[in-house]
Amino acid sequence: MAAIEVKNLDFWYGSFQALIKVNACFAKNKITAVIGPSGCGKSTMLRVFNRMNDLIDGVRMAGEVIIDGRNILDAKADLVPLRKSVGMVFQRPNPFPLSVYENIVFGPRVHGGDTSRDALDQIVEESLKSVLLWDELKDKLKRPALNLSLEQKQRLCIARLIAVRPEVLLMDEPCSTLDPQGTARVEDLMRELKHDYSIVIVTHNMQQAARVSDDTGFMLLGEMVEFGPTSEIFTMPRDQRTEDYVTGRYG
Amino acid sequence: MNSHRSQKLAFFCLLLATLLVVIPVGMVVVIIVQKGLPGISWEFLTDVPRKGMRAGGIYPAIIGTLYLVTGAIVFALPIGLLAAIYLSEYSRDNFLTRVIRLAIVNLSGVPSVVYGLFGLALFVVFFNFGASILAGSLTLGIMILPIVITTSREALESVPEAFREVSLSLGASKWQTIRHVVLPNAIPGILTGTILGLGRAAGETAPILFTVAAFYLPQLPSSIFDQAMALPYHLYVISTQVPNVDEKIRYGTAFVLLAMVLFMNLLATIIRSRLRKNKRW
Repeated sequence: MAAIEVKNLDFWYGSFQALIKVNACFAKNKITAVIGPSGCGKSTMLRVFNRMNDLIDGVRMAGEVIIDGRNILDAKADLVPLRKSVGMVFQRPNPFPLSVYENIVFGPRVHGGDTSRDALDQIVEESLKSVLLWDELKDKLKRPALNLSLEQKQRLCIARLIAVRPEVLLMDEPCSTLDPQGTARVEDLMRELKHDYSIVIVTHNMQQAARVSDDTGFMLLGEMVEFGPTSEIFTMPRDQRTEDYVTGRYG
Repeated sequence: MNSHRSQKLAFFCLLLATLLVVIPVGMVVVIIVQKGLPGISWEFLTDVPRKGMRAGGIYPAIIGTLYLVTGAIVFALPIGLLAAIYLSEYSRDNFLTRVIRLAIVNLSGVPSVVYGLFGLALFVVFFNFGASILAGSLTLGIMILPIVITTSREALESVPEAFREVSLSLGASKWQTIRHVVLPNAIPGILTGTILGLGRAAGETAPILFTVAAFYLPQLPSSIFDQAMALPYHLYVISTQVPNVDEKIRYGTAFVLLAMVLFMNLLATIIRSRLRKNKRW
């Protein structure tokens, strides 16, 4: 089953083509890593999936990205439900300058539904439990989120995302500001989360891709050079350029 | 002259120039406090002017100024804030918005007496409000609009882009993002600008001269269509139009006006410094 299916995706910033005829299929309930050197277009592709690139002037897209049976590049696509079901974790942990509790209930409040105290309390507990922060923070829910450690902040951001019940988690270099221990814990968390969510992680840390992902895509200069099971990409790549990259000959 | 000496000389000149800036401010405060403070009493603050304004208090002028300032802000804050939101969050950089921005900058450079004349023509005569609190408040409101817009825009634009991004990525609409993320984080800055605008409105004489200010009005205004006394104009009247007014009354009035304006500026400074302290993103 595919969570995201990309067909012949082209993408331009003004006259610069950042993605060239990209094809890929991101599986449900798996972790898919997208690797490649800086500027290869991996973050751009990730930001197509929740249409965050729309915030930039002068972008243009062609091709198809099918999520939940709908082409999200369609001019009529409604971005609010799309972004609700396809959430994003950013490179820098970016909690709002609010309390831990208020950060998590932000999404549910904005989306309406049951916003009674009990319902929100329950969402906070569930979300924090799913990112393994509940035991650490259950007595500190009123504390400012900005006082947390970097790793806690990043987990909190994931919890904030989970509170809106997405189906896909897009992670854009989620560990690049964390130390090795923090990185290891977030990676453990990703393995937990993949039972309930489909995860796409962009990273230029090849070891990380090898450690956590089920599938891997290798991108270079806007092209998806190779896409397949992680074990194959790292041990018997079919394309010479992939082999050169994963063996560290450039990048 | 060796370089050490010339450096000392340069340093001295810079210090002197800086002191020259501080001295007039300090002297204004010292003189007004010294001469005005003896005139301040409970009676002075709560009594109406008596004996052709040579005795009694300045209560109607204080209240009149408060009414005018309140009216100006009721008018300028919503319009200014909405304009600032449009300019910082929605408008794209094109010819029209550049003209609007230019107009706002120029609006703040218009001499205040011109606002007074404009208010007379538009509100007093054309809309037939007469010389009234309504006309005066609207005139003052237009005068402080550029301050409110400019500071609100700065406050909105200083909210990190990352907050907007996160909010949108969580599925919030653009308006929800502005309403729940951008505005709450910009409020201290908006408040600061608003209070600075209030201070400006409280102190101006020219815009209220033709639009609201009464020479002498022993009772308080009863509706927004009444004229009112106001502190700056009252000060002008008792200093130049009425002979033999006791110095205590004149400087006492100046003291009250100065205290009001300085208090507002102080409030704005406190809010701004607290904002800076809390800002750790």
